[in-house]
Amino acid sequence: MKKILALLLALVMALALVACGGSNQNNTTPPANNTQNEEPANTENTENTEPAPTGAFKVGFITLHDENSTYDLNFINAAKAACEKLGVEYILKTNIPEGQECYETACDMADAGCKVVFADSFGHEDYMIQAAKEYKDVQFCHSTGTRAHTEGLDNYHNAFASIYEGRYLAGVAAGMKLKAMIDAGEFTADQAKIGYVGAFTYAEVVSGYTSFFLGVRSIVPEATMDVTFTGSWYDEAAEKEGANKLIQGGCKLISQHADSFGAPTACETAGVPDVSYNGSTKDVAPNTYIISSRINWEPYYEYVIKAVQAGEKMDPDWTGTIASGSVELTELNTDVAAPGTQEAIDAAKKALEAGTLHVFDTSKFTVDGKALDSYMADVDSDAAYEADTEVVADGYFHESEFRSAPYFDLTIDGITLLDTKF
Amino acid sequence: MNKKSLFYLAKRDALPWHKTWLIRGVAIVLALIFCSLITMLLTGLNPVQVFSTIFYGAFGTARKTWVTAQNLAILLGISLAITPAFKMRFWNIGAEGQVLIGCLACAACMITLEGKVSSGLMVVISLAASLLAGAVWGFLPAFFKANWETNETLFTLMMNYIATQLAAYFIIVWEVPKGSGKIGIINQSSEAGWLPVIGGQKYLLLILVVAVLTGLMFIYLQYSKHGYEIAVVGESHRTASYAGIKVNRVIIRTMVLSGAICGLVGFLLVSGTEHTLTTTLVGGRGFTAVMVSWLAKFNPIGMIFTSLLLVFLQRGATEISSVFGLNHSFADILTGIILFFIIGSDFFTNYEIHYQRSGKEGK
Repeated sequence: MKKILALLLALVMALALVACGGSNQNNTTPPANNTQNEEPANTENTENTEPAPTGAFKVGFITLHDENSTYDLNFINAAKAACEKLGVEYILKTNIPEGQECYETACDMADAGCKVVFADSFGHEDYMIQAAKEYKDVQFCHSTGTRAHTEGLDNYHNAFASIYEGRYLAGVAAGMKLKAMIDAGEFTADQAKIGYVGAFTYAEVVSGYTSFFLGVRSIVPEATMDVTFTGSWYDEAAEKEGANKLIQGGCKLISQHADSFGAPTACETAGVPDVSYNGSTKDVAPNTYIISSRINWEPYYEYVIKAVQAGEKMDPDWTGTIASGSVELTELNTDVAAPGTQEAIDAAKKALEAGTLHVFDTSKFTVDGKALDSYMADVDSDAAYEADTEVVADGYFHESEFRSAPYFDLTIDGITLLDTKF
Repeated sequence: MNKKSLFYLAKRDALPWHKTWLIRGVAIVLALIFCSLITMLLTGLNPVQVFSTIFYGAFGTARKTWVTAQNLAILLGISLAITPAFKMRFWNIGAEGQVLIGCLACAACMITLEGKVSSGLMVVISLAASLLAGAVWGFLPAFFKANWETNETLFTLMMNYIATQLAAYFIIVWEVPKGSGKIGIINQSSEAGWLPVIGGQKYLLLILVVAVLTGLMFIYLQYSKHGYEIAVVGESHRTASYAGIKVNRVIIRTMVLSGAICGLVGFLLVSGTEHTLTTTLVGGRGFTAVMVSWLAKFNPIGMIFTSLLLVFLQRGATEISSVFGLNHSFADILTGIILFFIIGSDFFTNYEIHYQRSGKEGK
């Protein structure tokens, strides 16, 4: 028994020695330490648990996944850029599930002295509201949510952007590619079927793929589209499998609204052109990536931080636009895209900004074979899904005007939904 | 040449509790040193900083401490639930499903009775429904085991999948808004069916319930006739039969109790903390509970410490990966290392190593 103890003791001491040795090394070479630790500023912030002194303005960011998700990466980049530009401190917490953890994290941030807390995933909303009820003097801003305009809380806000316009423009690029392939004799116009990997059958996704499809149709009117759903915002295997299934089903081009590199990777392997989302995926798919649309959250973050610093009242429901720099197209891959794509995008963008072109122009699509002349959308979210607002007027569907988050949830002719029971 | 090995192993008699905990203590210290070593080698961070972060993650602020206590209560509750069955040598690994079905029953009451009954009545109905659902989930494998000698390990395991699929189905039925695949917080504005807040602390009532449960379970196992019967059945079915104990009845009775307590924890989880239903609500704690119970040698008081240890390390590991901007999997790696050491230490509490002197070696 004594020997075992002696042995253990020796082991402990040996390990402790190594451990101490390591820390010494760290102390003597602070620069090396800094390079290994990617976010030194962030670390410091998190450790400072005392309420911030009056000088330091602090904000918190909650994300559903980490940098491996294109969706969250897009938020994280915007958060860092905005905070750097405005010189405010920030706390970033990644991998926060859509549950009680979100509420706990938001409260933690408020405890730590954050004046504003941002969350990025749709499912975070209820928990942010819960935290907002408790911390009246902290602003809680939730992207993609739907309840701020009806909740009646002064410190709870939603934001989104008119991303359907970005999707439409990306669709134009996809249409140009399809047209080039038809012209080259690869297939005929009536075989021009495209595929789309979606996450959920919920309005945000429906609005996204429909606007993308309408963009494609503006160039290739015969085009049709198959949409498959994964039932998750981030499931690399399922997204890859979904893309492969669409490709096997005869889809000539793929796009997606799910956050991993699954679909772009599948496209690269199969050699099928891909229009991405949330940012360029050129690195993983240099031979098939055409273009990507994304929401740039930086303008919103700057708007909020400035407003809170100045003590001004904020919009409970903020919608970013092309004009505000919130809707962006990321680099066009000229190796893959058809010639003339940039010009076609620019023309469509100009028309959208001028108001002469509307994405959901009711003369451009039909639902069950009929033109859409009236639609009551469920703008004010409730459990009963009550349709409460007329959104068709002046010959187009007014998306993202009555609230920032999309509410276009119709299935238009030409789109076939697969696997809606995920 | 009959060469003797350097050492041989001998089974120990029961160790006094303080020696067991000494061995565990050493294992935990070693685990922490090993963890900081790994963290340091992979990320170049200072180990002192790593340790203080672990502690900060569990007890850094009042809020964190409360959350740790809540996590502790839930894990302890599930561990208490499975303990009678384990003491009976009935390998119930279906706590995950038994808790989840309790969650489902509670959520179902909260959603369908909204606006129909008062909040207090709703809490009572949800509680009854959760207890019943958990009890049914415990009864089925026990009934089959008692009557047809089915394998309880496989049976309870399969019941987990049924519970998960049922939960998944009802989440789609009740999702808000349509197509989003989530329920969100149930009755957020009315707070109907929510466990009342006492003393201004959200989790206090839940913690007290589990504390009382711990005491009751200790008395039940240690001093009641039922507890004695469970122990005898666990030693040998034949002895029990000979002593006039109705073995089948004890098996079914114990599993119904086990399942009902799991259902109670499901109720506490939904009505007391989460106010929602997801398929991952239990989050593997039904399995972790097996370890908590086992490490404490089925002693409810000992389980307070083993579950505290696991919850503390879990929250600490999560804090590390979050604070230092590491991938979430890093917390899992650290937890894995710690568990490896703790489970490994069980070997040393059960066996002792005897070294053989080479001088005494015979020809």
